[in-house]
Amino acid sequence: MRLDLLSTLNAERAARRAAVLVTELETGAQRLVKAADIAADPLHEALADALRMGRSTQIHFEGSAYFLTIQVPPVRLIAIGAVHITQALAPMAKLAGFDMTIIDPRTAFATPERFPDVKVLAEWPDDVLPALRLDRYTAVGLFTHDPKIDDQALIAALRADCFYIGALGSRKTHAKRVERMEAAGFAQEQLARIHAPIGLDIGSVTPSEIAVSVVGEIISALRKKPKRSEAGA
Amino acid sequence: MLASDDTILAQAEAWRRAGKGVALATVIETWGSAPRPVGSHLVIDEDGLFLGSVSGGCVEGAVVSEAADVIVDGKARTLEFGVADETAWRVGLSCGGRIRVYVERVD
Repeated sequence: MRLDLLSTLNAERAARRAAVLVTELETGAQRLVKAADIAADPLHEALADALRMGRSTQIHFEGSAYFLTIQVPPVRLIAIGAVHITQALAPMAKLAGFDMTIIDPRTAFATPERFPDVKVLAEWPDDVLPALRLDRYTAVGLFTHDPKIDDQALIAALRADCFYIGALGSRKTHAKRVERMEAAGFAQEQLARIHAPIGLDIGSVTPSEIAVSVVGEIISALRKKPKRSEAGA
Repeated sequence: MLASDDTILAQAEAWRRAGKGVALATVIETWGSAPRPVGSHLVIDEDGLFLGSVSGGCVEGAVVSEAADVIVDGKARTLEFGVADETAWRVGLSCGGRIRVYVERVD
């Protein structure tokens, strides 16, 4: 691989942009295709498919074998609420490879002492989310129980088409949340994407157990193929 | 430290920029219960230092020694490992899977 291609690949990753390295296996010829330039590439259909799946793969095109090295941005987890569950979630998210940021405007909660090893922003979601630029490689978890705080992030996450949106709270709480989001103009299909109550149903009781269920649910949203009914969404 | 693809490719660039010979190995095909998915990387420098993995540790030794040749002659090559190749490589995948690994030099 040419150093300039490797360098561009690393730069694209750092900028949270997807890219594909195309290697013709017979000759070793390579090119780097940025996500924005895929339409112009002769292999555009295969590139788009592989990128959507987020998986590197080998393809055959007009008698030649190509390997597509797919690079998608590292998964981020934005957690709203510097609470007991997110204290347990922070080390687990790190281990799972998620780049985590916690946001909570309540300064008594959002302290570095309570969260020694993770980015914590003691700000309102509306004030800091625009700069964080949510994208489809971002997971958002809502943990404050407070609509004043959670809803700001929920609206941003729905608009950004984040791959995972989870919200803590009972079914009743969630029904009210859905009503508020419908009033804010979101369609039912969009709201159906919210995982609520948050986390896989493994009978979690303690904050740590709930954190495990949330990590599992995020991994499931990231890795499992969408169901046929959701595929077109 | 657990190495992610980020750190592996960043390390490849850093080693090359430091003037070292570097090879990048990539799993390009798997059959059966292969331990690491297609696209997994292993980066190797001229001194045999390496980061990442292409299997669960079963064939890394063979890839690292082949990488030394790739760093010298610059010719990319495809290696195949699996239960059937034990005589050829004296290494195999204990899981019974097969993998193909593309090894190229970073120029």
